[in-house]
Amino acid sequence: MNSSTFDYAVVDRILGEIGCKQCNTIAILQAIQEYYRYLPQEIFPYISEKMGVSEATIYGVATFYENFSLEPKGRYVIKVCDGTACHVRLSLPVLEALRKELGLSADKKTTDDLKFTVETVSCLGACGLAPAMTINDVVHPTMTPEKAVAILNELKREAYKDET
Amino acid sequence: MENKEKNTITVDGIEVELDGERNLLEVIRKAGIDMPTFCYYPELSIYGACRMCVFEDEKGRIDSSCSTIPRAGMAVKTNTARLRRYRKDILELLLANHCRDCTTCEKNDSCKLREFAAKYGLTDVRFPNTKKEPEIDDSSACIVRDASKCILCGACVRVCSEIQNVGAIAFAKRSSKVTVSTAFGVPISRTNCIGCGQCAAYCPTGAITVRNDTQKVWDALADKDTYVTAQIAPAVRVAVSKEFGLEDGENVIGKICTALRYMGVDEVYDTTVGADMTVFEETEEFVRKLENGDKLPMFTSCCPGWIRFAEKNYPELLPQISTCRSPMQMLASALSKKLDKKCASEGKKHYHIAVMPCTAKKFEAKREEFAGMVDAVITTVELIKMIKQSGLMFDKIKPSDPDSVYGPSSGAGVIFGVTGGVTEAVIRKAANDSSDSALEEISYTGVRGLEGVKEACVKLSDREIKIAVVSGLANTSALLESIKEGKHYDLVEVMACPGGCICGGGQPHAEDDGTKNNRARGLYSSDERSVIRTSQQNKQVEELLSSFGGEKHHLLHVNYVK
Repeated sequence: MNSSTFDYAVVDRILGEIGCKQCNTIAILQAIQEYYRYLPQEIFPYISEKMGVSEATIYGVATFYENFSLEPKGRYVIKVCDGTACHVRLSLPVLEALRKELGLSADKKTTDDLKFTVETVSCLGACGLAPAMTINDVVHPTMTPEKAVAILNELKREAYKDET
Repeated sequence: MENKEKNTITVDGIEVELDGERNLLEVIRKAGIDMPTFCYYPELSIYGACRMCVFEDEKGRIDSSCSTIPRAGMAVKTNTARLRRYRKDILELLLANHCRDCTTCEKNDSCKLREFAAKYGLTDVRFPNTKKEPEIDDSSACIVRDASKCILCGACVRVCSEIQNVGAIAFAKRSSKVTVSTAFGVPISRTNCIGCGQCAAYCPTGAITVRNDTQKVWDALADKDTYVTAQIAPAVRVAVSKEFGLEDGENVIGKICTALRYMGVDEVYDTTVGADMTVFEETEEFVRKLENGDKLPMFTSCCPGWIRFAEKNYPELLPQISTCRSPMQMLASALSKKLDKKCASEGKKHYHIAVMPCTAKKFEAKREEFAGMVDAVITTVELIKMIKQSGLMFDKIKPSDPDSVYGPSSGAGVIFGVTGGVTEAVIRKAANDSSDSALEEISYTGVRGLEGVKEACVKLSDREIKIAVVSGLANTSALLESIKEGKHYDLVEVMACPGGCICGGGQPHAEDDGTKNNRARGLYSSDERSVIRTSQQNKQVEELLSSFGGEKHHLLHVNYVK
């Protein structure tokens, strides 16, 4: 998709609602990411012009915060907590099981068909439920590799339902 | 207590009077202490990143002086054993992941990191060298970036956004991965960079440098089949002396002419001749626009950084920018017409070098509108390098005059190098009165001084002409917004670099107002000493212009409107 075919209606609506001010940069990026599940490159020159903030500056904000993604994310974003509590209660095997199941790695976080993204997060603040993971912001407590894969298989059925 | 009543601070036992300094660092420097800094510049926002300017207070607490508000009664120390150790540690840590090939670095002779390492007696770096591979972006005609030599002081980022309102580069990523980057890391030539080179002038290390075109020039000079001519811009002549131990701001145009001839340049010209041509053409254009009732203000067109800025950000203003080529391009046109065919008939190639205070001129020379006119642009910094390489003892050589087929150029042309100069030169021409009293009157209209925005009002044949003189592109943006909101001017002079060409990106960086003022003074006093001070007194240029006949517009004007 190049900038001439990109539909800016969504961005325009967001800019209209939040206001084209530099102090709103983060809020605008969050709203755009909420819609697209990532920050498409095409939006940068566009909002730069509208906000009167340079593209490099907005890029700086987008790359500073871990929460912003410049890569398209899957329909299901799975975040495995690797904070201290989850880590000592064996979150890494959960992460590895999910990655293996989906053919993903630390560098490749999203499946080619844009269905699943697996990433780690430093702490979900749900230490009592360790090891925890979230799927599209819904918390799944006390994970084991087996439980995680079972949930994943369920999601896969849902995800590929339309295609079979 | 005693100090509190007296409104003073004690720095290393020296009592210093407070006078509204914005931070402790300024007070310490006022005490005569040469406090080291990488990231601090008075005209930029305070960033507090490098921590070299640390001080110790009465209780032994250590903090950075650039980000400390001065309070009456403070007693601080800047040179304790702890502070010396801290500074050395900082330098060691900076060097731990920094390239140490100083001998082959472009910034070798002006690198602050190298300078401080020597100054603070760094004899060893305890940490293994984890320097990154060079990450070179040489896509720009003006500057070269190497992110691996960056110490993250942020001066380039701040000058680009705060002073120039461009923001082509910014900090990207975080923590150990932080880097100064364009959006998405694209080559700088594909961004909104205008090539003003201020980032290179501020960069304390070799991370951003002015593109070095000196070898190209040496090659042309060594080629027997090449006839080499050169022109020297106004601002260059007052920015060379300090590097050779001469008086700061001294006009050394004569020595530069001698040096260039010694290196093998066949004809040496003064760009002020081009400036005189510009004055003729631009005044005529301005008066015509006034009489025709064309849309005003008319903007000046000498500064290639401004042209680029307008093209990228204010394309709607392009029709209001004077169609006059810059003085560099006007003189290059005249020389090309005079020499290209003549040289070809003798089996030689005419090669034209422009010595400029400006990195954006490198881009201007490469524009398709001017292709083949100027073969190489070297900045003042590059000229200084070439003089050093030539082996000449610059302080000892005898001055010589520039070639003078176009007459002794006017003082009006000389002051093009400082903000307000173009305007003053145009007013002198338009007022058409070359008497000393008339010139003095013009000099007091408010066009002089290094302020970023100046306004003046002059009377031209019963009409009040409202003028704005602006330098620095952030100031320019603000002025353009006020014009959009209805403020009226007839003529607006824009120079991209704050202070005008004397503070251009290709000049040795003027770290304090002292040097800037010395350079401005150098130009104004040269103007005062000039035999002729208005462009209309330059009869040779007038004859030259009429000799162009119908070709004149084609040779001296350009249309940037696409």
